Amino acid sequence: MTRLAELTGNRELVINLTLRELRGKYKRSTLGWGWSLLNPLLSVGIYWLVFGVFLEVVPPIGRPSGLQSFVLFLLCGLIPWNFLSSAMTFAPEILVSNGNLIKKVYFPREILVFSQICALLITSLIEFGVVCVLLLLAGNMVVPWIPMILLVIAIEAVMAVGIALLLSSLNVYFRDVKHFVTIGLQALFYSVPIVYPIRLVPVHAEIAGIDVPVRRIYELNPLVRMVAVFRDVLYNLRFPNIWDLGYFALWAIGLCAFGWFVFHKLEPRLAEEV
Amino acid sequence: MSGFVVEVADVSKRFRLYHERNQSLKASVMRGRRARYDEFWALRDVSIEVLEGTTFGLIGENGSGKSTLLKCMARILRPDKGEIVTRGKISALLELGAGFHPELSGRENVYLNGSILGLSRRQLNTRFDEIVAFAGLEKFIDTPVKNYSSGMYVRLGFSVAINVDPDLLLIDEVLAVGDAEFQRRCSDKFAELRAKGKTIVIVTHSLQTVREMCDQVALLEHGVLRAVGPAKEVVDRYLGDVFGEDDSTRIDSADGLNVERIEMLNASGLAVESVRTGEPVVLRLHYAAEDTVDQPVFGVSVHSLDGIEISRPTTNGAGVMVPPLHGEGSVDFGIDRLLLLPGTYDITATLGSGAISNGPPDRDHALRITVELGDAAEEHGLVSLGGHWEVAGNGRAR
Repeated sequence: MTRLAELTGNRELVINLTLRELRGKYKRSTLGWGWSLLNPLLSVGIYWLVFGVFLEVVPPIGRPSGLQSFVLFLLCGLIPWNFLSSAMTFAPEILVSNGNLIKKVYFPREILVFSQICALLITSLIEFGVVCVLLLLAGNMVVPWIPMILLVIAIEAVMAVGIALLLSSLNVYFRDVKHFVTIGLQALFYSVPIVYPIRLVPVHAEIAGIDVPVRRIYELNPLVRMVAVFRDVLYNLRFPNIWDLGYFALWAIGLCAFGWFVFHKLEPRLAEEV
Repeated sequence: MSGFVVEVADVSKRFRLYHERNQSLKASVMRGRRARYDEFWALRDVSIEVLEGTTFGLIGENGSGKSTLLKCMARILRPDKGEIVTRGKISALLELGAGFHPELSGRENVYLNGSILGLSRRQLNTRFDEIVAFAGLEKFIDTPVKNYSSGMYVRLGFSVAINVDPDLLLIDEVLAVGDAEFQRRCSDKFAELRAKGKTIVIVTHSLQTVREMCDQVALLEHGVLRAVGPAKEVVDRYLGDVFGEDDSTRIDSADGLNVERIEMLNASGLAVESVRTGEPVVLRLHYAAEDTVDQPVFGVSVHSLDGIEISRPTTNGAGVMVPPLHGEGSVDFGIDRLLLLPGTYDITATLGSGAISNGPPDRDHALRITVELGDAAEEHGLVSLGGHWEVAGNGRAR
C-alpha cells in the first residue's frame, strides 16, 4: 500500500514524463503529430487494398446499425489493436532506454511504464476520436456509446500496463525479449479478427480424424474477445456480449497483477542490471 | 529537533560479476540457466549514523564501496542485508542532468527534471527564475538542450538539483563542474545549505574538501567500514594508511642502490621533523650501494597530504653529476629558505641511474614533516612565493 501512496504522490511526474514522450516523439519531424494519424491511415489503406479489394473479403453487416464498410470494419479492430501492439513494441525498451535515469535518480520505477502507456493511450484516444468522426459521417450514431467505448479502452489500458510491466522488466534481464515480441506480434495480428471477420474461422474442423472445436480454441485468445467487444460498440452499435467483455476484463486484471508481481520481483536489482 | 537523518544498520550489498555477459533468453534456455556469475561484496555490515544538520564525508580508495553506499542511501540500489532509514526529502547529485531530454528546451527540461527530483509544478514555478539565474542560462532557456555545451548542461542540472531544497543532500564527486565562477557559486550554495541546517552526505576523493566541509567522516576499505568519527581524525588515519611508514627500512632502490633513510636537518644540524617557514634546512638521503653504481641520480619529492606533488628537485635536473658510488654515504639537498607554508608534508626519495629516469616516488616510505608558522607573509596555500608588493600611482590622502 505504501507503494500506491508513493505512486499517487508522483502524479505530476507521470504527467511530465508522459509529456516528454509525447513532445519528444515527433519533434523535428515536418508532419509532427500528423504522423500519429497518418500511420494508421496508411496501414488501413494497405489492408483495404489487399484484403478488401484483392482478396474480396466481405465485411459483415452491422446489427442493428446496418453499416457495411470494409474500411470502417477494419478501423474498429485495428485502432484497439494498435494501442496494444505499440505498448508491446515499446515496452521492452522502457527501462533499458531510461537506464541512465534509473542508475542516477530514485523514483518508483513503474512510473516510467505508466507514463509510456499514458502517452500511447493519448495517441490512441485521438485515433479513436477520428474513427468516431468517420463512423458518424457514415451514419453510425456512436455518441451514446462513448461512455462504453471509454470503459473498454480503460480495460485495455489495464491490460497494456500489465504487459508493459512484464516485458519491460524481463527485457532488462533477457535482452532478446524484444525480438521475440516482434515475431510474436506478427503471429498475434493474424490470430485476431482484424482484417477478416470472425465467421471465416471454422467452428469445427476434422484434423487427423479428430473433431477439433477450432472456433472455441480461437476464442480463448482474449484479444479476439477484445476486438469483438470494440466491434459491437463501434460498428454494430449494441451492448457487447457480456461474456466477451467479462473474459477480456478478467484477462486484463490477471495480466496486470502478474506483470506487477514480476516487475516487483525483478525491481530491486534493476539499477545494477540495466 | 535533532536526530538521525540517515541510519545505516548492518548494510551489506552484493554485486554479481558475470563471466559472460550473455543476457539472452535463448542462451539461458539452451544452457538451462542464466549466465554464470561470481558474487562480490561491495559493502559488508556497514553501520553509520548521520546526524541532522551535519556534513558527512565518505572517503576511501576506488572500489571501497563509498559510492555504492551513497546509492543505497539514495534508494537507487537496494541493500541485500541490513536496513537504511532516511528522514525527510532526499536529493541525490549523482549525475547532473540525468533525465534531460535532448530534443526538449531548457525550460521544459527544468520542469521535467524537477519533477523527477520530486518538485511539484507550483514549487517549480516559484523557483524557476532562481534556477535559471543560478545556471546563468537566461538567454538559452528556450533552446533545446542538445545544443547546449557540456558545461551549460551540467550547470542547469546542478541548478535544478540544488534548488530542490532537500533535507538530505547526497553528493557524489560533482563539485568540480563548470568554470571558476560557477564553482564559487556552488560552494557558496553549499555553505548556505549547511548554514540552514541541512544534512549533506558527500563522497569525494578530495581530502581538502573533506577537511573544509565535513564534520564527520567514514572511511571505507573494500566495503568494510574502517573508521568513523570527526573529519580530522579519520582523514589523518586514512593518510596514515595510504602513505604511512612501515617497518621496512629500504626506501627506494635502483640497481642495487638504496636510500635507507631520509633526514631533515635544521640550521644547527640537528635531525628534526618540524621547522618554520623561512628557515634553512637540509634534506639528507642516506644511501647504500651494494655494487658500484655509475651515474646515480638522486631526487626528493615533496607532497602535500592530499597527494599534490609540490616539487621534485633531482640531481640531474640541477645539472649535478654524481660520481660512481659504492658502499654507504649520504647526499644532501640544502634549502636556504624553506618556502612551504604551515602544514604537514611528506618527503620521499627518488632514485635513478644512468639513462634510466627516476621512477615515481615511493610514498609508502615517506618522511613526514611539519612546518610551523614562520616569517612568510602568506596565510593560505602550500608555498610562500616570497614576493613583494608595490603600489603605483599618486594616491593622495583625503
